[in-house]
Amino acid sequence: MTVLLVILVLLALAAAGFVLGRQRALQLSGRNPRLLHSLPGYYGWHAALMTLIPALLVLILWVIVQPILVQREVTDTLPAAMTADRTALELTMADVRRLAGGLDAAVAGGQMTEQEAAMLRTEFTDVRGKLASVGVALGSDVNKDVLAAAQEYREITKTFSFWRAVIVIGAGVIGLGLALAWTKPDFWARNRVEAALMGLLMLASTIAILTTVGIVWSLFSESVNFFRQYPISEFFFGLTWSPNFRGGSELGFLPLLWGTLYITVISMVVAVPLGLFAAIYLAEYASKPVRAWIKPMIEVIAGIPTVVFGLFALVTVGPFLRDYFAQPLGLGNSGSSVMTAGIVIGILNIPFISSLSDDIINAVPQSLRDGSYGIGATRAETIKQVILPAALPGIMGAVLMAASRAIGETMIVTMGAGAAAKLSLNPFEAMTTMTVKIVGQLTGDTDFASPETLVAFALGITLFVITLALNILALWIVRKYREQYE
Amino acid sequence: MTDLSSAGAVPLRSVAKRSILTASPEMKRRNAVEKRFRLYGLVAIALSLSILALMLFIIVRDGSSAFVQAKLTFPVTLDAAVLDPKGNGNRDEMAKVTTVGYGKVLAASFASALAAKGVDTADMSAKDVAAMISKDAPGQLRQRVLADPSLLGQTIDVTVLAAGRIDGYMKGRVTKVTAQRDGNVTPEQLDLADRLIAADILAKKFNPQFLTLPDASDQRPEAAGLGVALVGSLYMMLLVAVMCVPVGVAASIYLEEFAPKNRWTDLVEVNISNLAAVPSIVFGILGLSVFINFMEFPQSSALVGALVISLMTLPTIIIATRSAIRAVPPSIRDAALGIGASRMQTVFHHVLPLAMPGILTGAILGLATALGETAPLLLIGMVAFVDNFPGAPIGGFGDPATALPVQVYSWASRSDPAFIERSNGAIIVLLVFLLSMNVAAILLRRKFERRW
Repeated sequence: MTVLLVILVLLALAAAGFVLGRQRALQLSGRNPRLLHSLPGYYGWHAALMTLIPALLVLILWVIVQPILVQREVTDTLPAAMTADRTALELTMADVRRLAGGLDAAVAGGQMTEQEAAMLRTEFTDVRGKLASVGVALGSDVNKDVLAAAQEYREITKTFSFWRAVIVIGAGVIGLGLALAWTKPDFWARNRVEAALMGLLMLASTIAILTTVGIVWSLFSESVNFFRQYPISEFFFGLTWSPNFRGGSELGFLPLLWGTLYITVISMVVAVPLGLFAAIYLAEYASKPVRAWIKPMIEVIAGIPTVVFGLFALVTVGPFLRDYFAQPLGLGNSGSSVMTAGIVIGILNIPFISSLSDDIINAVPQSLRDGSYGIGATRAETIKQVILPAALPGIMGAVLMAASRAIGETMIVTMGAGAAAKLSLNPFEAMTTMTVKIVGQLTGDTDFASPETLVAFALGITLFVITLALNILALWIVRKYREQYE
Repeated sequence: MTDLSSAGAVPLRSVAKRSILTASPEMKRRNAVEKRFRLYGLVAIALSLSILALMLFIIVRDGSSAFVQAKLTFPVTLDAAVLDPKGNGNRDEMAKVTTVGYGKVLAASFASALAAKGVDTADMSAKDVAAMISKDAPGQLRQRVLADPSLLGQTIDVTVLAAGRIDGYMKGRVTKVTAQRDGNVTPEQLDLADRLIAADILAKKFNPQFLTLPDASDQRPEAAGLGVALVGSLYMMLLVAVMCVPVGVAASIYLEEFAPKNRWTDLVEVNISNLAAVPSIVFGILGLSVFINFMEFPQSSALVGALVISLMTLPTIIIATRSAIRAVPPSIRDAALGIGASRMQTVFHHVLPLAMPGILTGAILGLATALGETAPLLLIGMVAFVDNFPGAPIGGFGDPATALPVQVYSWASRSDPAFIERSNGAIIVLLVFLLSMNVAAILLRRKFERRW
């Protein structure tokens, strides 16, 4: 029985449990729900939950434990040479699993009977050819021991899945029986159902923590692997980035950091004035109807996927800058450049800065404005000398958040900044960023043992730390500022 | 007092007598500054909006042509001797005839159609003439014949895709000058295209196949379509809606209605706001190492894509749901509790239904951002070339697929400029989806918005 089928059976059982539990409660109360502690439906839910929850817990535990047990059993049948160290064991087990999967497919497709699959011997049959004909491609010829292990693997898995079905469904039935036995008119069904529901709600709220833990764990464990193979000081202080999958790579982080920061600075130079002036106009000058139209229109920019901006950088901004600025000025002839990516990320960040600043400017109390107007200041003077100084911490927070977004932006730099890691001052030259290199090292064929792939995780954790620090700083500034007026 | 009297003793600076209705130079300067400052704001807004308009204009200009395609219409004689060598109409045996055989049939029919219409092929080789037809056309003809073997031996009118360069010529992307440097097309072929247009064989036609065909290889941009990407995106959105929205709503209910104020709750809150700021690529790394390497879920699949995107969208949904729940006034809760409902009943019977419009709006907007997400999907292998449709749900969730924004990226990174047109076309489709989702959210909000 597959896991899916087991779950379906459990669901059916739970549905039956709902009906039975409700019926039983009504029956025991003599069809008079007023004698029950809880509404009749709660007795039904109680029975359904009692069927589902323990059985599903057993199932989850089983699904986690089974591969470990099966692997241990199968490893014992393999010759010691093939399971000597961890990588060899993993490779062999991957072969075993693939072969077993192939045999399963062949049996399911009807090309082989169950008997034949179990009796297959490399001495008599060309296993690889036979499986290729069912569409299962095997990398190398099948080894006698691997085949035996695969057959063993199938046997054990089959036994395990039989017992899995029996035990899980058994747990469901026991739960259902208990629930029905407990169902009496004075049984507090609602409280138990609500407690279970509360558990589910709490569980849902911990997913955010689990995600953070997952991020940190995945970045950290692989980064540690990387730094075992590559010295940490050479990564953080190296001036050359030239990965080479045949070994002898230089994986210096500084050129990537330089490219990232250069692009971020240019994007801020574009986004901060535009976003800030737009926010000032919207908050202080624009009439209500103008504001109601313009504000959503600027926010449309924020709703456009970044890959669209990437294409804009690639086919419009890049060639334009190259033809009208870089080439006439003799600064290079590359369409993808720091300038291209910086300008486009800047455009992307305009609505971000403008709507955050708009909120902050609006939060400045009206009394400050009135006071300033009262002593004869013009609007511009009021804004420059009263409102902006009051809003400055909040605006700084917004700018820092925008900077952290620019640092973590991926698609625009992948399509607009180029892939060459350089330490150069020329903004019309192609440079690259941390995010581009993460994409570059992790797409295509990857080998999770080589430092050239693992470096992406070190870059990832650096990126994570930088953006997180910027955001925490920004939040801290914004929060501190808010306290002043509340 | 001394201060005051001494201040009074200072003689007033002599000010030229002037009506208060005419501005002093000082005031003029200040007003000019005022005007300039106001102008900066207007310029900033105008600049931002015109860049947006320019971007959308370029996309529509370059992308709308992806929905029309140069097509050749001519009669094809389906020669039974070639297509069904055994002559018994058995579909399995007919399937042994590959696209090469169909290519020959198409080429022969095309040549005779040209002769019949009196189109001069000058001294072009038969191969060059046949190359006017897309390499994808034989495959499509083969499918059509295999689906209906009774067509064998008949002469049917077919409309097939023209080769990508001919399409480019009709759309102005390829000219006779570029053709001279191009290995895939000759100027003579373009001359022939002119004559074919005159003879009414070649024309630009609406191309619904752009939405239905799967991706095609580098050599056949004319046959590349969004089919697999649309299915992949649809599967992902379904899964995200099923996984992310209930979890997000449950988490928000807990945090807003039940959570005690303690360290643990603070930790959850901090985590949610931080996750909202984590770069999307980091979620891609998470997906790669946790879901693919550790849990061994199938690579490039809609399932893994949806899991990663769900984790990314969760903070957005939680923030929207919490503000919707917070907007329900406490009087509702007090009334429900007052007549004896439990806290759980209060929430599920009263608060949640009233917050539902707000929650739905937030969920739709969250899904809209999820639909455009690209970077994390690159890392979990959805950028791979996929030209097989994923299977039907639920099994198909594990099949290799791609997604709309990823398709935009992978077409943009190919060398043939014909793919840039496709890429822009895909963006139009993507933006239409985003627009309709946003409009739906706005309408929903308008219809159910309630001021307490």
